[in-house]
Parts: sequence; structure tokens; C-alpha cells
Amino acid sequence: MRVMVLMKATEDSEKGVPPTPEAIEAFAAMDRFTEELVEAGVFVAAAGLKPSAEAKRIAFDGASRTIIDGPFAEARELVAGFSIWEVKDMDEAVAWAKRCPNPMSGPSEIEIRPFYEAADLADFVTPEELATPRDGTRGKLGVA
Amino acid sequence: MTAGETHQAIEATFRIERARLIAGLARLVRDIDRAEELAQDALVVALAEWPTRGVPVNPGAWLMTTAKRRAIDAIRRDKMRTRKHEEIARTLDSTFEEADDDAPVDHDLGDELLGLIFAACHPILSSDARAALTLRVVGGLTTDEIARAFLVVETTIAQRIVRAKKAIARAGLTFEVPRGAEREARLPSVLEVVYLIFNEGYAATAGDDLVRPALAQEALRLGRILAALIPDDAEVLGLAALMEIQASRLPARIGPNGVFVPLTEQNRARWDRLLIRRGLEALARADALSEGGNGPYALQAALAACHARARSAADTDWPRIAGLYDRLRGVMPSPVVDLNRAIAHSMAFGPEAGLRLVDEIADADALRAYAPLPAARGDFLFRVGRLAEARSEFETAATLTRNAAERAFLLARAEACDGKH
Repeated sequence: MRVMVLMKATEDSEKGVPPTPEAIEAFAAMDRFTEELVEAGVFVAAAGLKPSAEAKRIAFDGASRTIIDGPFAEARELVAGFSIWEVKDMDEAVAWAKRCPNPMSGPSEIEIRPFYEAADLADFVTPEELATPRDGTRGKLGVA
Repeated sequence: MTAGETHQAIEATFRIERARLIAGLARLVRDIDRAEELAQDALVVALAEWPTRGVPVNPGAWLMTTAKRRAIDAIRRDKMRTRKHEEIARTLDSTFEEADDDAPVDHDLGDELLGLIFAACHPILSSDARAALTLRVVGGLTTDEIARAFLVVETTIAQRIVRAKKAIARAGLTFEVPRGAEREARLPSVLEVVYLIFNEGYAATAGDDLVRPALAQEALRLGRILAALIPDDAEVLGLAALMEIQASRLPARIGPNGVFVPLTEQNRARWDRLLIRRGLEALARADALSEGGNGPYALQAALAACHARARSAADTDWPRIAGLYDRLRGVMPSPVVDLNRAIAHSMAFGPEAGLRLVDEIADADALRAYAPLPAARGDFLFRVGRLAEARSEFETAATLTRNAAERAFLLARAEACDGKH
């Protein structure tokens, strides 16, 4: 199963990361952990996100679209980075996440969210939707 | 880490460490069976101790230390005095002090895992035995899971694994990673097994399920591990790229009622862009290596990449695909490649070109009962308007395939030959 591992922001991370020796060491520790994930075939993708000062929100209400510029309040509800892992189950994801170095300088949280998989969506996706669009009536080609 | 760990959490941690644990132990005791037992013993100790004392900072090292201690105890208790065992006991004693359960992670452990993979995929074993053993000791699948994946009874898989382990012990394999020319010579048998596992999941050869994604997923994981541990080999990267790109299509290959959807008709919005990106990156790394992407897997990955890059089937660069098949034929001569080459040429240069090439190989023994041959020939005939012949080819193909979903697809195409009148 695929999971998204969300690194939650902190007041500090929202201020941006100055390249202090501690920050550089934390970066290196995260690199080593990522390397472990890669060697275990667990790592799929990851990225860090800039502070919400550089973010924008689009609020939807009926036909209206309102643009809200960052920064946003409630730092600890924001996402500072994410990682996508392929694991057997949530237990494995948790076991890996516990090994992750603290991504922040102070107390912080990581949240693991499983992806919806095809089986979960079976009730939402109609057979017609699965089958379209069709580009032609070519036969089975067997080409890689 | 806190105390109060549940058995479930401990077992999850053990699963992460299992393959490396077995790899390290197998190198010491030179026996996969014994290594598995020792790893299991270590789990039992962990289940007894971790709930109260907490999970150690480096659980892998802790488990290894515990297992090695057991190995030494057993050897002493059994009073084995053969030269071989004394030797092993000495090795164990000398390496014993190095293990420190709170030490930082040792990245050379990857080398031991690679040694186990090379042993499990040793050419002395049949490819079926290699696949079963690799899934068991590296992938951590149970014999029951492997049996269900390969649609055989569990005892068959269990016996296959037991025999494979014995053959490895008899041959006295050291579980070292082969280097240089020996690595070059043994790598193909490793890659072959990983791709065999992938294909068994991706294009199930028998049964009613067209795709068994769990098996494809396991092969993809093995391919990723290999690409991480052997990042300087174009074929290792090529295989990883090939599997990433093929796996990207898993969500689009099966239509309503489990019917197979051919590549050119798949809903490309359902392709997994993340996997495509990973595949294209791995392929770029393969191409950047000195020997270039000229091996069979890198070329097949390049072929898959052509489809992945095309926004619609109509955008497919068929002349490039035809050219890649011309090259693939040189490094991987096979009637199946020739058949796919004929299909690619038919798409690039018209059905007549396809018919010409397919008729050159129609007599190949290997293709005598190969459903895709009449299926392709039927398609070429259909496109040039020879409908009666096309229908007969589709019907032949339908009788040859062992896959129910594919048969339904071919029969539908046979029907369509009438509809065109």
C-alpha cells in the first residue's frame, strides 16, 4: 500500500530554515534516513515545502473563488513536507516513521495517511469511466 | 522509543529487519535454513523483552546480536567439533563485539542483503526455485502467499524452497557479493528472476485474474532495492525503469468485468504519473552510464518510455519504437521480440509491413502455440480488410490463451470481423 507521510510545520519552520549547524546536521540525518528507505525499496518520492508565507489559498464557495495570501495561522496544522512510501501495511509505515529523525528542531508531528486504492474506489468509478477515453479499436498489440 | 510496545508493532519492526538479518546470519552460518531459524528465535526474544524494555534505538543490530548469541550457544551446546563449525564459531566470536545495538545504522548491511539475493538467485537453481526462494527470504512472503501467487499448491512451493536451500548449502556458497566479471556473469540470473516475478504479477499467465498486483509490487520493490545497492549497472537501472513504467499502467489495464484493456486503448489519465517519473529517471541514469542503455532491459525500458511519454495513443512515436525493436533484436534475439517488432513496424509503416515480418517468423517453433502471434496476425489482416482470415486468426488465438479475460477479448475481436461486413 502507498502512504503519504506528512511532516507538520512548526512556528520555527514557518520562519524559514537558517543554515545553522543544527539545521545542517538535521538535514544530513534526514538524508541518511531517506537512504535507508531507498535501500529497503520503500521510498517513492519526497519533497520539502516552503513556509506558508509563500503560499496561496483558493477559497471555493459556489461560483466564487477567493485568493488568500499566506502566511497562515496555526503553524502546527500546516504541512512542511511530505514523503510517499510503499509499505505492506500501516504497522510497517509506523515502524519506519518511528525511525525518522525529528524533522524539526523542537517538538513536531508526522502524520501518515494511506492512499485510496483502486479497490476503495470501486463504488465511485463506473465501468464506463474505466473504459474511456478510447482512442481506437486496435487489437491487443502485446507491445511493451 | 517507549515501553508498552504491542506485539503487532514489534512484528512490523522485525519484518523491516528480517531480510537483512537473514542475510547477515546466512553469511556467518552458511545455511539459509539455519539463518531463518536464528532470526525467528531473535524475534521470540524481542517479543518477550521489548514490551517492557522498549524497542532498542537500533533494532536491527539488537536482533543480530541476539541471533548470533543463539548461534554460538547452539554450536557449543551441540558440541559440534568439526573443523567447519569451529571455524564458524571463531568468526562469530570475532565479529561478536562489533555488534552494538545502539550503534548508528551500518550501511554495509546492504552488502549482506545483496549477497543473500545473489545466493538465492544463483544459476545452480532453476528459475522457479530462485523466484520462490527470493520471495521467501528477501521478500518475506509466506510459502502460502507464494503458492497462491503462482497458483500451485503450498507443498510444492515448500518443497521447492527446501530443495533450493539444500542445493545452496551443498554447493557451499559463501553469500559474498560477486565482484567484477563474476558479478557481470551472475547478474542476469538475478534480474531474470525479479522480472519473472514481476510478470507473473503483471501479466498472469494462467487463471482468471489478469493481474496480481501484489506480486508485481514485490518485484518492483526488489528492483528498487537492487537499483539502490547496484547503482552503477545500466541493466539493473534498466530493469527498475521497465518495471516502474509498466507498473504505472496497472490501474488502467483492466476494464469493466475484468476485461483486459490493450495499451493503445487504456485511459492514460489513470496511469500512475509518479511511477512514470521514477521510471524515466531510472532510464536516464541507465543511459548516462558508460555502456549506455543498450542492454535488453534498458532497451525494453526505452520502449515502455515511448508509450509513457505519448499523451495519447495517436501521439505514439511508432518509428522510434520500431527502431528500438530492431536494436533489441540484436541483443535479445527471440521470436517474441520478432513478433513485437512486426507489430511495431505495422504501426509505424502499415499493416502490410507487419504481415511481411510476421510471416517470416510464423514457422518458429517457439511461437507454435503462442496466442499473441495469431492475435497480431489477425489484427494486421483486419486492418488490410481480409476479414475472414482475421476472424480465423482471432479464434485460433482464443483457443491458445490460458487466460480467461484475454480469451474474452479475442473472441470479441473475432465477432467484430463479422460486424464490419
